[in-house]
Amino acid sequence: MQYHTPSSFDDAVALAKDAQGVTRFLAGGTDVLVQLRADIVTPDVLIDIKKIAGVSDITREGEGWRIGVAVTGAEMSEHDTLGKEWPGLVEAMDLIGSTQVQGRATLTGNLCNGSPAADSVPAMVAAGVTVSVTGPNGERKVAVEDIPTAPGKTSLEAGELVTAVHVPARGKSGGDAYLRFIPRTEMDIAVVGCGVNLRLDGKKIVEARVSLGAVAPTVLLVEEAANAIIGTELDDAALDALAEAASAACNPIDDKRGTIKFRTHVAGVLAKRAAKIAYQRAEAAS
Amino acid sequence: MAFDDTKTEDFKVVGQRVKRPDGVDKVTGKAKFGADAVAPGMLFAAIVRSPHAHARIVKIDTSKAEALSGVKGIVTRADFATGLTGGDLDVLENVMAGEKALYDGHAVAAVAATSQLIARDAAKLVEVEYEVLPHVTDVDKAMAADAPVIREGAADQSVPEGMHANVVRYHESGHGDIEAGFAEADLVVEDSFKTEATHQGYIEPHACLAQLGGDNKGELWCCTQGHWNVQKLCAAMLGLETSQLRVTASEIGGGFGGKTAVFIEPVALALSRKTSRPVKLVMSRSEVFRATGPTASTSMDIKIGMKKDGTITAGQGTFRLQGGAFPGAPMEFTAMCAFAPYNLQNVKQVGYDVMANRPKQAAYRAPGSPMAAFAVESVIDELCKKLGLDPIEVRLKNASKQGTKASFGPTWDRIGLVETLEAAQSHPHYSAPLKEGQGRGISCGFWFNHGGETSVTLALSEDGTAQLSVGTPDIGGSRASMAQMAAEELGIPYENIRTTIADTATLGYNEVSHGSRVTYASGLATIKAARAAVKILCARAAAKWGIDEDAVVWENGCAKPSGPNAGEFDPLPIDKLTRSMGRTGGPIVGHFEATPEGAGVSFATHIVDAEVDKETGQTKVVRYTVVQDAGKAINPAYVEGQFQGGAAQGIGWALNEEYIYGEDGRLQNSVFLDYRIPVASDLPMIDTVIVEVPNPGHPYGVRGVGETSICPPLAAIANAVSNAAGVRLKELPMSPPRILAALEDQANNG
Ligand SMILES: Cc1cc2nc3c(=O)[nH]c(=O)nc-3n(C[C@H](O)[C@H](O)[C@H](O)COP(=O)(O)OP(=O)(O)OC[C@H]3O[C@@H](n4cnc5c(N)ncnc54)[C@H](O)[C@@H]3O)c2cc1C
Repeated sequence: MQYHTPSSFDDAVALAKDAQGVTRFLAGGTDVLVQLRADIVTPDVLIDIKKIAGVSDITREGEGWRIGVAVTGAEMSEHDTLGKEWPGLVEAMDLIGSTQVQGRATLTGNLCNGSPAADSVPAMVAAGVTVSVTGPNGERKVAVEDIPTAPGKTSLEAGELVTAVHVPARGKSGGDAYLRFIPRTEMDIAVVGCGVNLRLDGKKIVEARVSLGAVAPTVLLVEEAANAIIGTELDDAALDALAEAASAACNPIDDKRGTIKFRTHVAGVLAKRAAKIAYQRAEAAS
Repeated sequence: MAFDDTKTEDFKVVGQRVKRPDGVDKVTGKAKFGADAVAPGMLFAAIVRSPHAHARIVKIDTSKAEALSGVKGIVTRADFATGLTGGDLDVLENVMAGEKALYDGHAVAAVAATSQLIARDAAKLVEVEYEVLPHVTDVDKAMAADAPVIREGAADQSVPEGMHANVVRYHESGHGDIEAGFAEADLVVEDSFKTEATHQGYIEPHACLAQLGGDNKGELWCCTQGHWNVQKLCAAMLGLETSQLRVTASEIGGGFGGKTAVFIEPVALALSRKTSRPVKLVMSRSEVFRATGPTASTSMDIKIGMKKDGTITAGQGTFRLQGGAFPGAPMEFTAMCAFAPYNLQNVKQVGYDVMANRPKQAAYRAPGSPMAAFAVESVIDELCKKLGLDPIEVRLKNASKQGTKASFGPTWDRIGLVETLEAAQSHPHYSAPLKEGQGRGISCGFWFNHGGETSVTLALSEDGTAQLSVGTPDIGGSRASMAQMAAEELGIPYENIRTTIADTATLGYNEVSHGSRVTYASGLATIKAARAAVKILCARAAAKWGIDEDAVVWENGCAKPSGPNAGEFDPLPIDKLTRSMGRTGGPIVGHFEATPEGAGVSFATHIVDAEVDKETGQTKVVRYTVVQDAGKAINPAYVEGQFQGGAAQGIGWALNEEYIYGEDGRLQNSVFLDYRIPVASDLPMIDTVIVEVPNPGHPYGVRGVGETSICPPLAAIANAVSNAAGVRLKELPMSPPRILAALEDQANNG
């Protein structure tokens, strides 16, 4: 196994492009190292991106934010303003693992690991987060929902890597929330996850994005669910329509973590609960 | 040794919450656990395991693995003793597969190499050719006519004719006329229940370091609940003379019954013999789940009749336990414990020990009893509800007491069930109001407790301190309790005693630390050994004073004349006597060897409040109180710890822990991520009440407490959840999908 610590993204791209065999980028390593130890993925080349300048910074980008690819969950939670603007996103990241894992785990790692159950991903999708991707053919900006393509797979080409995470401007009267269902209270993988982000005009919802995790091969952006609440004041009828649309979008599997029936039902329940929280937050921000 | 009334009134050290002597080493990381043993020239081992639930082993080709640089030796079944029978053969079959792999994870070969990584890589290079056979993992399916046979001829003569070959043992007990009893009842409730296998979940995986020469003399360091048992079994597996293998027990990171067996120790010894090097073998967590003892899984039918006033007129239970691919599921314990808390005129229980393609079950805290309580206490709860009766009143009305006949035969001696029920009834928890969405459940539970072969030595040092050697690995703070009992008898400070878990060469045979026996049996032996030492001390004083031995008494660490007639002498403190012991007759050592048989049974009553989210099926245990009879709490803090530990493990078993098998017969969740043991934030603070009804069979009245604490939780939680959800849950674990399915069933079927 080769281990590299490039000091720039260009070097990282060059290393990745020429790498032979299984290649992994090493951010926090909380997926990579666990998979290595468990004989699931044994990389031939490990490219540690933590030595690249700026990767641990959270900085303003217009009215929004730029989050470096090595910023940990703990650093996001401890940030003064990020969590005030995007509580759902920060809480989603904070759900990952334990205190120890929080000191290592990153948004980018969570996204690029490609798990349909990744907690921060539905929150990022709901928030409309994009990422910068650099590779042998230059740089592009990609919406988070377009990164995962199947369990463990992403749309990144060989030699490409994520160089930054862009969180949009919060703007007025907006709120987001992320909830997951796990049978325990901690240290578990989402059986269902749901992110909701919305904006109000007065009491009425004028913009919304609803995203579901762990109910399909990739995290879903569910337009029908958003449409069910746009133009409403989140009354009971809207909530029921939201739940129905969320459940209808599910295409889960039966496995050790939950049944198809259970996941489909709970997706609706969580969508309602997350929407209510996002709505309250938006009202409070009005 | 009978209960000693006079002694119990003025305890000085017993009953104190002293600090455990092993505490500092454990919190500073100095304590040596199984994996901490090292030896010069040591090799590392890895085990090759079957990926199939049931398969004939056609061929094992080790040539590629052997060719890997750093590999020093490979063993298969051919490297172990032949001609074993009975239980020894079962253990060997489990340790290393013979003709067939019997479950996913069954060991088929093992490699020793110069590093852990090389050993792991080499294990992957061992080529095993399998002929895959049909498999079965569910207990009911394993008994069905079309089930594949795990092993022909494994059944003993107890099994009724016409049963499937996978049913290997049968049990029946009870008394009275159950049909007449059911006829007397105003209401009869009959239902069926299932529980999944759970793992003991100890934090420390099995680990050992073995050294065995061509001369068949060996040393073994391992984490175990009983090293004499390891010695005996390993000697058998490897064809050694028992005394030529010395076994030392390391500190132990939990066992809960799961470390009363051998898994890797004979393998490491075989590799050591083959390579002439010390061999270290440490299991991964996944190996622990796949190949070491979970509990049995069960399928149970219960029928109970009750009068309107709460009198139980008859009880009947059928208990089918699946214990893996070997005989030994503890179905007789399940059957015997099921109705033990109740004084029944008519009772019958039947048990079946069933084999399936799963790892060999191992003991787990009160093996078999928690499942029985789950089934029986659920039906009692249902009866109470339907008849509008208070669940504690009903249990008090039917409670077993001194002099009543136990459901499995004997007549009860002094027992404390009623006292636990009364303490539960008057506990503020029982009358606290419940919030919306919450339900309360109660349950009783019973465990036999055990005595067992025990050998203890207490040697006095010249300064009047004492070295206590016991042979029961300390799995719950027992070194502290032993030192407390020795200090009490010798009349010296607790700190002046050092308790050591001695190796197999140092003491006579000690049965494993199981059956809640340690504080009872090693405790009794410690008291006896201390009294033997005191007797010698008194004799030395008598000789010095020139008076009769009987005229000397031992008080507060000093020899004294027994009264004015004995003569006028100043008390002789222990250190005066020990300093001169070389000149007055030699070293002073007390010892005791016996198989004490007065282990008092222990009963408990638990109260649980649970909250169920009816939209997601999620359960939260919001309040929990354990009330249990400890006989006499030598160290109340560790007794409470046992109470809380049993409840915590019971919460996991009841709500989320389970062995999940795929269609292919492979274990799906062999990591803690998916084997959902409770995490700290899943648990409420667990309140405890220690009831002390002295055990007539122990000088201080001690009853074992380690196991009874896990008997009521499954039932108490099931009753709480059923009351909160408004629907009876009959299958464990009560995971969220199962609760939602039960709610939906009820909504559809009314
Ligand atoms: C105990 C424990 C608990 C956990 N609990 C949760 C949980 O509750 N919820 C959850 O969602 N996850 C959980 N995880 C999984 C893991 O912690 C998260 O997925 C985490 O966010 C991964 O981030 P990382 O920085 O550690 O990624 P790494 O392990 O470093 O990398 C993960 C993947 O991302 C790729 N990658 C990393 N950086 C880049 C980049 N810049 N460009 C392209 N690809 C990149 C790597 O190649 C790799 O494939 C848990 C893990 C552990 C060990």
